[in-house]
Amino acid sequence: MKLWQWLFALIVGRILRRRSPPEEPRQKPERIVPVGSPQRRAENLVLVFLGLAVVFALGFIVVYGQFSPRGMSNSLLGITLGGSLLWIALALTVVAKRLVVTEELEDDYPEQHPEKQREVVQIVHESGSRITRKRLLVGAGAAAGGTLGLAALTPVLSLGPVWDTDALDETPWRRGVRLVDDEGTPLRADDIQHQSFYTAFAEGADKELLGNSLVVIRLDPDKLHLPHGRSDWAPYGIMAYSKICTHAGCAVALYRNPKFPAVQPSPALVCPCHYSTFDPFTGGQVVYGPAGRPLPQLPLMIDDEGYLRAAGNFSARVGPSWWNVRERPTNA
Amino acid sequence: MNRDPLADPVRFIDERTAAAPQMRKFMRYLFPDHWSFLLGEVALYAFLVLIATGIYLALFFDPSTAKTVYHGSYTPLDGVRMSNAFKSVVDISLTYKAGLLMRQTHHWAADVFVAAILMHLMRVFFTGAFRKPRELTWIVGLILLFTALLEGYMGYSLVDDLLSGMGLAIGYGVGLSIPVIGGPVIQALFGAPFPGSPHLWSRMYIAHVLLVPLLLLALIGVHLLLVMARHHTQFRESPRHTQKRIIGVPLFPGQVPRSLALMLFVAGLLFLLGGLIQINPIWQWGPYEPWLGTNGAQPDWYLGWLIGALRLMPGFDVTIGHYTLIPNPFWGGVLFPLVVLGVLLAVPFAERRLTGDRGVHNLADRPRDAPGRTAFGVAFLSWVFLIFAFGAADRIFVLWGLSYNVQLFVFRIAIWVIPAILYVVTRRWCRALQVAEEVEAIQESAEEDIRSRAKARAPTAAGGR
Repeated sequence: MKLWQWLFALIVGRILRRRSPPEEPRQKPERIVPVGSPQRRAENLVLVFLGLAVVFALGFIVVYGQFSPRGMSNSLLGITLGGSLLWIALALTVVAKRLVVTEELEDDYPEQHPEKQREVVQIVHESGSRITRKRLLVGAGAAAGGTLGLAALTPVLSLGPVWDTDALDETPWRRGVRLVDDEGTPLRADDIQHQSFYTAFAEGADKELLGNSLVVIRLDPDKLHLPHGRSDWAPYGIMAYSKICTHAGCAVALYRNPKFPAVQPSPALVCPCHYSTFDPFTGGQVVYGPAGRPLPQLPLMIDDEGYLRAAGNFSARVGPSWWNVRERPTNA
Repeated sequence: MNRDPLADPVRFIDERTAAAPQMRKFMRYLFPDHWSFLLGEVALYAFLVLIATGIYLALFFDPSTAKTVYHGSYTPLDGVRMSNAFKSVVDISLTYKAGLLMRQTHHWAADVFVAAILMHLMRVFFTGAFRKPRELTWIVGLILLFTALLEGYMGYSLVDDLLSGMGLAIGYGVGLSIPVIGGPVIQALFGAPFPGSPHLWSRMYIAHVLLVPLLLLALIGVHLLLVMARHHTQFRESPRHTQKRIIGVPLFPGQVPRSLALMLFVAGLLFLLGGLIQINPIWQWGPYEPWLGTNGAQPDWYLGWLIGALRLMPGFDVTIGHYTLIPNPFWGGVLFPLVVLGVLLAVPFAERRLTGDRGVHNLADRPRDAPGRTAFGVAFLSWVFLIFAFGAADRIFVLWGLSYNVQLFVFRIAIWVIPAILYVVTRRWCRALQVAEEVEAIQESAEEDIRSRAKARAPTAAGGR
């Protein structure tokens, strides 16, 4: 009962309030927006377009309901939703071109305010007129603000081990570590064929570590010209290089292998990102592309059971070059 | 007489905010009527579509690099080890209703967003609209552009598919290449050597969906406020268009339906693209691992200029003995974009210095009106564009069989020679257009002269003297 009474009072109240101030017949103010002639055909067009927008929007809901990831559904969803938007856009275009009065108005570009500028400066100066040691106070304020800012920024250092950049050089390769393939199966020297290209990892290590993945290939031992001190790094011509390009850190995922060696360039390891090309015969020297230093080579040996093992760590740091990268030795 | 139904709400607002005078003024804010002034609006509306579709994607995306084995609806990937991030995007694409539409529209909108900003930038440059009093608008716009590039890069890195991983690896290499601070900065951002600690994904995610969008919103807000404070420039279309008086269409009723129509056109076309034209089918690329790569990988178009620069650079690190000082990716990946940004930032101030023109400019130049500026702009843009084009050299090789070697050789020369030629040609062309206009004006005034003389003589001739 209470609710009905309230509602009744509300309705009566609204009616009375509407009627209470007697409307004075005011003079119509002068028009601001100019008059234009009615355009019933344009209005009809707008109605048609809006109707189509309704149809397309409903279509979207229907298509969504019938959705199957394998069918045409995505195209239909795009057509219906995009279409609905485009029909409304067309309706609005008609409104803009035909139904709204086209006005060309003039206005002033904003001026400068020299007087106000002067007053701003004046207010600032006069406000500080009691202060005698301005430079000292400003300096102290700057010192306080600056140190507080510095203090507030210090926790940023928690973001990473910022100064401990040794982690960038980490590799799992030590003397005796076995090479395994993608599945974790140890690689035998016999598995490595000429003219093919194998990706290998350190047994038991995190495969994602930049210093882990290797390219393993087999070349004719007589044709190798390895740098000084690497003569026993490639038993039977089997050699391993880091798979991470020394330019920008992409995987050296291409093995250029001539089908017709007479005219084609010799075998090389290529990074598909910027086409740095490394010569495996000479210990990974750069023969083409933007890389600035050779691909690190890993010394290999073959154990009694015929498995491939590392004979030590890489010849240089793995991964993209950075400050000092050549100088520091890799961890043994 | 019925009471106007609008009167009450307007009174309500004015009584509480005292904003009626500002509303009145804002409704009659003038927009000069020229199509090229809509390019910035296209960018704005693409941004709105990015926010709308991005919110939808955020409801399903899982920013985690923890590994899982896929057993979803897309059987070719069955049993493949992948990150939760990649899996969630595959699911968005192939399992959730309308997910693919939203993802593809989001991707298209990002491409269109940057493209529209770039077109807008060119319009502003070639009409001299960056001059006093609009230098700040120009600077904020440039920061917007580069922030948008960063946002786009993080967006496709988050997906953790093969291409995004290759892009992230390059970003890592480029970051490391910064002299002295490269190592610490990259360690701070990635949290660990590449592919980074699990924190990297949380960081990139919050940056991509909150921090950078907020920054973009703030920059867009400042940009628009600055535009409104000084109004648009206008072309010298008639003697009535002057430095002092702006002529245009009022915001209401003239501009509102136009702008809304443009917004819906942009949104509609983006959804059509998202529905009909496949973009970045990540389930075909597969998940990324640091030891994987593929030939023919290309980033989104707006990063192509950086790939081009990295590829064009001759292969050397700056070293002293066995110390590496400046690794190679620094040139193309860090210095090059900084030079481009620096040159663009300096444009208003350099021009003021070179021309000695310190005046206020509300009238936009046509490109021919400032031959030096136009020629410089064409040369500079062509320089960046040629480097961009070389980023696609491997695709050009596949498409037309043009040797990569030959292209490298040609481009290394062309990026310097062609801009120089274009500078000279553009300058002369602008001058020629100016001269042609002068000649035309002289002809017209002469013809006018003849006609008026003929008129003056006519009555005397009729008089038969």
